[in-house]
Amino acid sequence: MTNETLSLYANLGVYSAMAVLTIAMIAFAIDLAGTAPRVLTVAPEIRKQPATVGAGSFVGAVASPVPGHRSDVSDLPRRRKAAGVAMMLTRLGGLLLIAAAAMRGLSVHRPPLGNMFEFALVGCMFVVVVFVAISLRRDVRWLGLFVVGPVLLTLGLAITVFYTDASELLPSLRSVWLVIHVSVATFSVALFTIAFSVTILHLVKTWLEAQEPEGMSRVRTVVNTALPPARSLDRTAYGIHAVAFPLWTFTLIAGAIWAEQAWGHYWNWDPKEVWTFVIWVIYAAYLHARATTGWSARSANYLALVGYAAILVNYMVVNVFFVGQHSYSGM
Amino acid sequence: MDTRPDEGDVTQPTLGPVGMMRWAWRQLTSMRTALFLLLLLAIGAVPGSIWPQRNIDAGRVADYLASHRSTGPWLDRLGFFDVYSSSWFAAIYLLLFVSLVGCVVPRSKIHWRAMRAQPPRAPSRLERLPEHGEIEVDGAPEDVLRVALAVLESKRVLGRHSGLRRWRVRSTDQPEPDGDSDGRSSDGLWLSAECGYLRETGNLVFHAALIVVIIAVAVGHLFGWRGDRIVVTGKSFSNTISAYDTFDPGPWVDTEGLSPFTVAVDRLDVTFEERAGGAQRGAPRDFTAYTRTQTSPQAPQVNQILKVNGPLKFGGASVFLLGNGYAPVITVRDAKDQVLMREATPFLPQDANYKSVGAVKVSAASPKQLGFFGFFLPSEYLDKNSGPSSFFPDLKNPALALGVYEGELYPQGRPQSVYTLSTEKMTQLKNAKGEPLRLLLKPGQTAQLPDGRGSITFDSVQRWAGLSIRYDPGKVLALGGAVAALLGLIASLMIRRRRVFVRVRPGGRRTVVSIGGLAKGEDPGLGAVIEDLLSTISERTGTKV
Repeated sequence: MTNETLSLYANLGVYSAMAVLTIAMIAFAIDLAGTAPRVLTVAPEIRKQPATVGAGSFVGAVASPVPGHRSDVSDLPRRRKAAGVAMMLTRLGGLLLIAAAAMRGLSVHRPPLGNMFEFALVGCMFVVVVFVAISLRRDVRWLGLFVVGPVLLTLGLAITVFYTDASELLPSLRSVWLVIHVSVATFSVALFTIAFSVTILHLVKTWLEAQEPEGMSRVRTVVNTALPPARSLDRTAYGIHAVAFPLWTFTLIAGAIWAEQAWGHYWNWDPKEVWTFVIWVIYAAYLHARATTGWSARSANYLALVGYAAILVNYMVVNVFFVGQHSYSGM
Repeated sequence: MDTRPDEGDVTQPTLGPVGMMRWAWRQLTSMRTALFLLLLLAIGAVPGSIWPQRNIDAGRVADYLASHRSTGPWLDRLGFFDVYSSSWFAAIYLLLFVSLVGCVVPRSKIHWRAMRAQPPRAPSRLERLPEHGEIEVDGAPEDVLRVALAVLESKRVLGRHSGLRRWRVRSTDQPEPDGDSDGRSSDGLWLSAECGYLRETGNLVFHAALIVVIIAVAVGHLFGWRGDRIVVTGKSFSNTISAYDTFDPGPWVDTEGLSPFTVAVDRLDVTFEERAGGAQRGAPRDFTAYTRTQTSPQAPQVNQILKVNGPLKFGGASVFLLGNGYAPVITVRDAKDQVLMREATPFLPQDANYKSVGAVKVSAASPKQLGFFGFFLPSEYLDKNSGPSSFFPDLKNPALALGVYEGELYPQGRPQSVYTLSTEKMTQLKNAKGEPLRLLLKPGQTAQLPDGRGSITFDSVQRWAGLSIRYDPGKVLALGGAVAALLGLIASLMIRRRRVFVRVRPGGRRTVVSIGGLAKGEDPGLGAVIEDLLSTISERTGTKV
């Protein structure tokens, strides 16, 4: 039994979320593009009137025009109107995605975790929700473009290429473990996605920080100023990976428990199992590399990128092309 | 002082066999090697997802070998169709296993000692530590130090009343184990504190638990077994080796000692998707088998429902419903209308619409044995290209499409599949026009075979349940190990190992409190911890800001 009207509304929700997030993405881009000139023109004014900025200690940060360090001045709200609009729209987009996922679930009377379209939808929802949650505690407006962009790409693919009509599940998927295993898997993939964006930005920033600030092109200067210092990017990426990895471990274990119930063996080297394991091993290697002296943060971060590539293979190649017991792409 | 001998006396240090082994052991247990092996393990696992594997689907391997005549045998020689039981894959994980043991054991020893030891003495220049803070407070240095001690000791792990102290504190007054206690006079007043020992504990638990998981997998492999059996509705099956269609025991399984349970399948309900269109149409929706089970021939019968995701349990063994299909009931009679064979014959589904193949072997026919080979189609239609096909997996228009052979069914008594006919010693019957004879039967229909060979009747259709019975004594241990690994992992990633040192010294009329902090790995929160300690000390000493 499926409710076609509801699933139609779910699709409408996805389309409206995409519209809202597109505007958010443009606003984030405008905000980033405006960063560099603003800092350069504003900073001297502030230097003249340190009292207006508040505590004296901030003056030092403003007065030293060290490229690569976003001065605290640029975080003053009135100068980042575009970012404010973008954050509001991202929250709205998140709400629309939650609504879309909920309606999709209601239309088939089950959690919306049964095929590629639904994984993509719920995964995007998690990405946006996590991003908004982080933004409540820290200033991550610089990251907005690099989170909303991939989300839009995924949603576009989901509604066109991966789209599957709302329908019930194969008998082997009817289990509480669907909720436990697949939702945690999707959630940790969402975290890995954000961590992936931050890791890429870390590599870019490291590359920019090694360059002479004088000879930099305008685009590079903008990017360099917009991003937090490489060290802090690296720390953020590591922190997100450190949360995502135990969740992925849990996914692996929960999947094994479910496999034992559904197929009679907790591990049978099914292609999906293989790739889940491969991803786990690569990220385990990443964490080990972080703890190993002699490995720079940068080379460890390359491992994290390889891990994310494996996640993409696991989602897009294994589901569709490899023959196995996880053949539930709905395509 | 130079203690090196003259050049002439230099004897090159040679690595004897023991030295070589020690060197190899160091290399193997180094983090660098472990990392390399981890990556190798990841790469080594990939081919098994690309090429078909014998342990999962031997048929697909055979197809692959048949269609790749040049590369296939080479891939086979390199173990690409048995990746997870190949020697090179085993080499990777065994080396990793050894490396793991070699890493965990010495680290456990070190950690055991560290857990018992006191924190190290405070270094003299705290401002050189990665995190450092300093304030002036009211009160004499001795009193301030006492307050600092109280503050550190009052910090709890989970809330104020948990009783779990966060910091292990060592103060100036406590002598070192080796009797060196002159810290007070020469060294000023200090405290040192350490927390987060559970980080290393968790890390070690994680690695040790992985070893447990590997052992559990080995136990399951050695003592576990699996068997498959097709049971037509109305029939039953008992757990003995001879009852299985296929049986795959581990090397140390006592195949005579299987627990003697029986499972009778009374009914099998199957539902397929009828409403949705596209690829979802005909997708399976529900399989339910109604069974009667006995744990032993003497035990009472119990009605139990067997579903996908809902196995039957008999002690350690579990019965899973993994497949289903159709078994047309076929009767073959001779020319005198005597029944030669009447049987529900399972046919194996070939596609999503359950176009199924099967064979009917009538060894009682004379003078020549008769064999029927062909398809069962639950929803029959005639496809222009592929002939009789099925458009839906459920019984909408059931039909049997069979060719007829006569001759010798079992040449030289060789074993053969019950679903195919070995036609090397058989000839196909022809119709009046000289074309191969093809029968298309609906339920209830009878076809006469040419030249007085008798008749074949398609009586009715039954379903069969594909049961898979598995016994894995290692699975509980594997689960325990995996959960322990997860908990250890969380502890090792979330708990911070921190050292904090406090020094007080007189500064005019007030006292200067200086705190330095040191952490293992990245620790962005350490600065906040020091600030918190400083402000609490300032508060408790009654200092007015």
